[in-house]
Amino acid sequence: MAQPATPVTIDAESAADPVLSARPENRVWKKFRKHRSAMLGGVLVTFFVLIALVAPILPIPDPVATDWGAVRKAPSAAHWLGTDELGRDVLSRLVWGAQASLLAGVVSVAIALGFGVPLGIIAGYFGGWTDAIISRCTEALLAAPFLILAIALAAFLGPSLTNAMIAIGISATPVFIRLTRGQVLSVAAEDYVESARAIGLSTPRILRRYILPNVLPPVLVQATLTVATAIIAEASLSFLGLGQQPPSPSWGSMLNTAKNFLNQAPWMALWPGVAIFLVVLGFNLLGDGLRDALDPREH
Amino acid sequence: MSLVNTEAQPDLLVVQDFSLRFRGAPSDQINRVSFSVGSGKTLCIVGESGCGKSVTSLAMMGLLPAGAAQINSGKMLFEGQAMNLADPKAMRKIRGSRMTMIFQEPMSSLNPVFRIGDQIVEAVKAHSDATDAQARDRAVAMLQRVGIPAPAKRMRDYPHQLSGGMRQRVMIAMALVNDPALLIADEPTTALDVTIQAQILELIRDLQAETGMGTIMITHDLGVVAEIADTVAVMYAGTVVETGPAERIFNDPQHPYTIGLMSSIPQLTGARGRLSTVPGMVPTARNMPAGCRFSTRCPFARPVCTTEPPLVEIGDGHQAACHFAPLEIKLKESA
Repeated sequence: MAQPATPVTIDAESAADPVLSARPENRVWKKFRKHRSAMLGGVLVTFFVLIALVAPILPIPDPVATDWGAVRKAPSAAHWLGTDELGRDVLSRLVWGAQASLLAGVVSVAIALGFGVPLGIIAGYFGGWTDAIISRCTEALLAAPFLILAIALAAFLGPSLTNAMIAIGISATPVFIRLTRGQVLSVAAEDYVESARAIGLSTPRILRRYILPNVLPPVLVQATLTVATAIIAEASLSFLGLGQQPPSPSWGSMLNTAKNFLNQAPWMALWPGVAIFLVVLGFNLLGDGLRDALDPREH
Repeated sequence: MSLVNTEAQPDLLVVQDFSLRFRGAPSDQINRVSFSVGSGKTLCIVGESGCGKSVTSLAMMGLLPAGAAQINSGKMLFEGQAMNLADPKAMRKIRGSRMTMIFQEPMSSLNPVFRIGDQIVEAVKAHSDATDAQARDRAVAMLQRVGIPAPAKRMRDYPHQLSGGMRQRVMIAMALVNDPALLIADEPTTALDVTIQAQILELIRDLQAETGMGTIMITHDLGVVAEIADTVAVMYAGTVVETGPAERIFNDPQHPYTIGLMSSIPQLTGARGRLSTVPGMVPTARNMPAGCRFSTRCPFARPVCTTEPPLVEIGDGHQAACHFAPLEIKLKESA
């Protein structure tokens, strides 16, 4: 990198070039905005989040109100997406179910991040016995398939949405431990970590200020993708009766009841299926876009 | 330079018989190294890659990974106090406040995700109870002192917005913001281009004159040594083979390795021809010769060289670890 001839030039240069003077986050955002599929993912996710948030004020029927006069009715002006086997409005259940699904996705990933990132940092930075113990436990958990582990844990904890979230969160943790640990190994070897030690910063401070922010980008990408997986897992658990409990709506439990009426009322299965598909697609596109935007090789 | 007679003061850092062996290695990587540096003085540790100069300095800072090496610190005095490398807490207190270090690669030595101002402020606050505003003021003043224009504005920059020379200045500001007594600079100019090298060396020299700090400069660049060294320690394969005042080492080198090193500097005048080299390779830890470690490549090697050479005082603090020092006299005798 060439040294500008005079100090004045430096100022003029950096002021004239918006990219050069931009914060790194701004550059990422710029790249992200150009990424079409990522923006589509962002729009899908935002749409479902908004729907879930405004559910209480939308002019839709009560999602648990049964109506014996309108059982398994096809979509109509009164019930845009039809009704289910108890005469409940499918659109309303879908909207309220979005809350359960998104909450399950976000909370379980938050649990996985909350345990996985610190454990990964400790394992990667301190190495030795600490690393050996954490890594072996991680591998043991990884040996069991994600969904099987989640089902086993959920069954053990007892059926409820909260327990399903905990079960999914714990099952997703090993991936984050592994990913974080690997990132820490490479970041800890960076010169800036050594110079942080050379100016006498304490280990917790180095971990918080130097290691954590620099391992975060790939972890965030993984988190976004895992939200999608967690939503599917929640749907699966609810489908098996281990998640959201009736009569509260969730996409998975809607599918569970719908499977008995596939011939008579296919719309009961169609809409929750489409909703799961779209929100998972949204999170996946978002994750891919984030990964590309955060990839330093393309800066 | 200050008017205080630095000669009369005790040395800032004294290292005597420092040895280090990496876990599982067959021989000591660093073998009984001794040197000292005074306040306001510059010691250059010279040697080729892998001779142990960086490892020695990292060990003195307590920066080697815990358990990686077995250290026999011999006698180590810093500011008159014995240093305990085995006490990480005490070492951390010293690091960055009394003794500090800058590294070779300015491009990667700053945390890419924080503003440089915040990083310097952090260095201040690690060692004092200064408020944010006080720390900020000190950081700005320090950036000014290392010659960064518009320092208050630059505080808000991220490392990627600065050039290599600027980043090295920031590194120096960060290292010196707590007024350390000793600066260890590990090849601080190797990654910079020549004009910036000169600027950085001059900056270090000016700051040294201002603050009276001692400096240990680790380098393989004899040009740098000639420019700034008061004393020189020449290292070869983990031992100090020769040490003394810079002009003595350059004008009258006594150890065969130093002689080889000096004659491998290209000269502007005189006959042009092949540059002279030291034949052979540095021995690896696995086949380290007994006694003098240079004996496998030394043109004067004799059977006696398989025993540990004494550090022979030649005068004026000039010492060489060679059975035949001073060379002219001893070689004649043995011939």
